[in-house]
Amino acid sequence: MNDMVKMVVVLTVLSSVAGGVLAAVNKGTASQIEAQQLTFVKGPAIKAILAGSSNNPIEDRFKIVDGDAEKSFFVGNFDGKANTIAFEGFGKGFAGDIGVMVGINMDEDKLVGAAVTVHSETPGLGAKAKDDPGLVSQFKGLSVKDSVSVTKDGGQINAISGATITSRAVCDAVDNAMKSYQKMKPQLQQEIQKFGK
Amino acid sequence: MPKTIVQEFTKGLWEELPPFRLVLGLCPVLGVTTTMENGLGMGIATTFVLFGSNFLVSLLRSIIPQKVRIACFIIIIASFVTIVELLMQAYAYPLYLKLGVFIPLIVVNCIVLGRAEAFAYKNKVSYSIADGLGIGIGFTLSLGALGAVRELLGNGSVTVWGDLSYNLSAAFPSYQPFSFMVQAPGAFICLGLMLCIINAVGD
Repeated sequence: MNDMVKMVVVLTVLSSVAGGVLAAVNKGTASQIEAQQLTFVKGPAIKAILAGSSNNPIEDRFKIVDGDAEKSFFVGNFDGKANTIAFEGFGKGFAGDIGVMVGINMDEDKLVGAAVTVHSETPGLGAKAKDDPGLVSQFKGLSVKDSVSVTKDGGQINAISGATITSRAVCDAVDNAMKSYQKMKPQLQQEIQKFGK
Repeated sequence: MPKTIVQEFTKGLWEELPPFRLVLGLCPVLGVTTTMENGLGMGIATTFVLFGSNFLVSLLRSIIPQKVRIACFIIIIASFVTIVELLMQAYAYPLYLKLGVFIPLIVVNCIVLGRAEAFAYKNKVSYSIADGLGIGIGFTLSLGALGAVRELLGNGSVTVWGDLSYNLSAAFPSYQPFSFMVQAPGAFICLGLMLCIINAVGD
């Protein structure tokens, strides 16, 4: 009996202490991790999509809570006003989630570009989605009301050969992003007013 | 005959060199050694976890009940692995992107659990730290060596760390990179050949 109590106490105390320490480390590194992600993952994608904007889109950003997740939105100024927005959508790839940053012109409701941010696809096959612009460049100019899919599924996007699942996931990610854009558009228009001065 | 702290430390460098002498912890050995930098990064992360878990397990060895020791070890190890993962994301993000899922997988690395169970749970704190560091550094050097051979043969060049690199293709223009070596089957063959050499030398 005594043994039993000791086991429960030791395990409980150990788990609680471990949880506390991890929460502290998590909190302590959170802002640094976000900065690193902005520099190494989202930064290059945003710069590629919003190339030529008159502001720095990485600094002009805001967050909106969508469902249970918080999304970051990056604002690009073109022709003297803040009219373009970039944010990330996700799709289920061959090995884990694929993140695609999409840029949307809010005046025309059109995609200005897309770029893969995070993925864990096979090098040489699915990983081409990020390295080779051939896939993501096809999204440029699509309307947010279009539904995107690969040609094999009757859509308009030519898949990367040998990586249909990855290509589908990228399409899903763009689709998800466009759906959440349509849902959140009024909110986004409100937020974007604050930028572009 | 009881060993000294120095002996506990140095045994990890040759006598009980994890991947080559004990042939343990082969999943990361085969998985991440596509480049030398990845191998060293993975080794350093594992060393930190080994050091931390050996220290804590040894410190708490009189408190941890026999029957739930494995559960306690896993809590300690998993905590250190999570800390490593967060620190790596915060300060070495490109390396974190390359190592990916192998970092959380350190939790189930049999070397770490093995040292906690076989050594730290039975020995004094100072000996356990020496053991953890020795095994960890041995593991790091092994991963680095395997990574270097694979990168050199498969890529034609090897990056030791940062800007320090050696370009085989530039030195011998007729050398054709043997890309098989950086793929998964190449890992097995390269590991097998190195094991063969080390066994021949060791005996």
